[in-house]
Amino acid sequence: MANSETNTIEELGVSNDYQYGFHDDVKPTFKSRKGLDEGVINQMCDIKGEPDWMRQYRLNAYQIFKQKPMTKWGGDLSQLDFDDIYYYVKASDQSERSWDDVPDDIKKTFDRLGIPEAERKFLAGVGAQYDSEVVYHNIVEELDKIGVVFLDTDTAIKEYPDLVKKYFGTIIPSADNQFAALNSAVWSGGSFVYVPPGVKVEYPLQAYFRINSENMGQFERTLIIADEGSQVHYVEGCTAPTFSSQSLHSAVVEIVCMKGSRVRYTTIQNWANNVYNLVTKRAFAYEDAQMEWVDGNLGSKLTMKYPSVYMMEPGARGDILSIAFASKGQHQDAGAKVYHCAPHTTSQITSKSISKDGGRSSYRGWVDVAKGAKGCKSHVVCDALILDKDSRSDTYPVIEIGENDTNIEHEARVSKIGEEQLFYLMSRGLSEEEASTMIVNGFIEPLVKELPMEYAVEMNRLIQLQMEGSVG
Amino acid sequence: MSTDLMIKDLHISVQGKPIIKGLNLAVKQGEIHALMGPNGSGKSTLANGLMGHPLYDIDSGEVIFSGVDVLELEPNERAKLGLFLAFQYPTAIPGVSLANFLRLAVSAVRGKEGNGSSNDGLIPMREFRRELREKMKQLGVDDSFARRYLNDGFSGGEKKRAEILQLAMLEPKIAILDETDSGLDIDAIRVVGESVNQLIGPELGVLIITHYPRLLDYIRPQFVHILLDGRIVESGGWELTQMLEAEGYDPIREKYGIDEE
Ligand SMILES: Nc1ncnc2c1ncn2[C@@H]1O[C@H](COP(=O)(O)OP(=O)(O)O)[C@@H](O)[C@H]1O
Ligand SMILES: [Mg+2]
Repeated sequence: MANSETNTIEELGVSNDYQYGFHDDVKPTFKSRKGLDEGVINQMCDIKGEPDWMRQYRLNAYQIFKQKPMTKWGGDLSQLDFDDIYYYVKASDQSERSWDDVPDDIKKTFDRLGIPEAERKFLAGVGAQYDSEVVYHNIVEELDKIGVVFLDTDTAIKEYPDLVKKYFGTIIPSADNQFAALNSAVWSGGSFVYVPPGVKVEYPLQAYFRINSENMGQFERTLIIADEGSQVHYVEGCTAPTFSSQSLHSAVVEIVCMKGSRVRYTTIQNWANNVYNLVTKRAFAYEDAQMEWVDGNLGSKLTMKYPSVYMMEPGARGDILSIAFASKGQHQDAGAKVYHCAPHTTSQITSKSISKDGGRSSYRGWVDVAKGAKGCKSHVVCDALILDKDSRSDTYPVIEIGENDTNIEHEARVSKIGEEQLFYLMSRGLSEEEASTMIVNGFIEPLVKELPMEYAVEMNRLIQLQMEGSVG
Repeated sequence: MSTDLMIKDLHISVQGKPIIKGLNLAVKQGEIHALMGPNGSGKSTLANGLMGHPLYDIDSGEVIFSGVDVLELEPNERAKLGLFLAFQYPTAIPGVSLANFLRLAVSAVRGKEGNGSSNDGLIPMREFRRELREKMKQLGVDDSFARRYLNDGFSGGEKKRAEILQLAMLEPKIAILDETDSGLDIDAIRVVGESVNQLIGPELGVLIITHYPRLLDYIRPQFVHILLDGRIVESGGWELTQMLEAEGYDPIREKYGIDEE
């Protein structure tokens, strides 16, 4: 690969271009050499003290990754250089950084976003000083009482080896796609959740409570198992800008929804604008189970993410709510996939995208009905809002139906931010910026309504930040 | 001092086509004017042009409002000066509740220095709610209105009532009502007419645009103007509406030698 391109990525990786990004001064205790080979993977397994099956799993995945050609569809990955990435960086356990070391402008950003104290400190990487350790322990205790396991995946492998081994990689096999293979080879961190039969977790489980572990890696791996009749809402990441010194984030999220269970997984992604965000998310929903993905993508340079639900048994239901906001220099290739593998299964996909300042958003969807899966229903609604003439929106829906007795509906609408709407609001005293922000907020309201309260508030603020100064 | 809207020799074109061709009109605070004209005579073009719609090009002429030449101002600046347009076809803004929108609009129009605004520049929630509830009650608008998305899925009558509610909340000095009666049945016209009547007073000047005289049974104008082919061809009092009621626009067209489009 051309040298200049490599440099570009490296520079971007530590640049201050991203208005809320800052250079991470924490000295890592271990950093693998750049690039990937078996030596790097073995070293990683040694340091983590992983069982042999996981080492084999990783090495096997690495072989698969090597054989996969570069992904050609979706977004432009031509500048992604796999040899220019550190695949394993273990930060110091005794982080020296304190809240006082966090730059003022970052603190101000947190203020503006109204991010809770605990979350800010986590984001700023001052976990060692984390005030809310008490809160965390209370939550863990409470979850313990009802038998819910909520750990980082590295720890789960040690504490619940059988449970993890039984499901790990069964929903998304290493060979699924190039980035699933890569993640399977080099994953670190992520969450492991197990909810016992009949248990309903009352409050959303939020990743940022896991403060005692490797928090938010480039290659995290999450596995959620909802046993029969259980219920859980997991909230990943947060709406604050996520700082990254590296240019690739490639996660895998696997979810098992057993009979009659209900899982909701909410993400609001706001990676810095230099990050390739290539994530595989999939759930298997069994008899009468319900899986909901709520997926918001605001940050990153390129996101390719299509949360999917496989409805494996009758009565299963999959709901996917996706929102993408592509601004200058961004491509959000987001969407959803639903597979009706059994009769009488139901799915609903709602996609909303906003393109602004030359940004591009694409909806990529897949609706599949297996032969013999009678009486399935699927409803897809795609709404795109384009804010200016430099911006772009596309839809790439695929519908594969192997059964006549089905009811599939697909609606797609593209709207430009209406001159009439702007004029109407401005005639009532709103500035052009206030008016277009209001229109955009209204456009995504159906999704924001589904978010936990504090996330809804942050989401609206984020949109406001994205919109600020957008009107010449 | 009363605030006047002074329109002098105004020419407006749409997509290169001249529509308003030299229009003169003065509306003072406290006065009620009716501007009547057949479909296509340029009534909405005038209304939109006065409010600053980007699609309507002002070719020449003057519009002085509150002593300020408003033709250079953005629509929101005109609103802040106290100009209001009740739209013939109000636009839907899905996902934005009427209450949220109105709170921002009222805050914008009253300005930050207004009474007791909070630090985000918005009028305090409690104060706003109280006022909104009061006005909705006064106009006989259902409470659920506030939570509904602005004009989204509203019936014709609901849209017009939402416009009048906005008029009531924004307290402009001069309001232009563009065919607020069109598309409404006789009961709805009465409701809208009575609502507007409640708002009329020495602080509010109104320009009622209509092509039927029906609404004027409820809101009695002191001045009546007839618009034909982009010009005001006759101005007078109540007798003009009665003439139109009886004879329609044809005799006037004939008199001024203007063909029906
Ligand atoms: N937004 C517009 N786009 C194109 N033509 C318009 C537009 N608005 C008005 N016109 C033209 O201007 C003329 C007058 O229309 P309008 O002002 O709406 O009349 P009225 O409100 O009296 O019925 C019509 O011939 C119409 O074609
Ligand atoms: Mg009209």
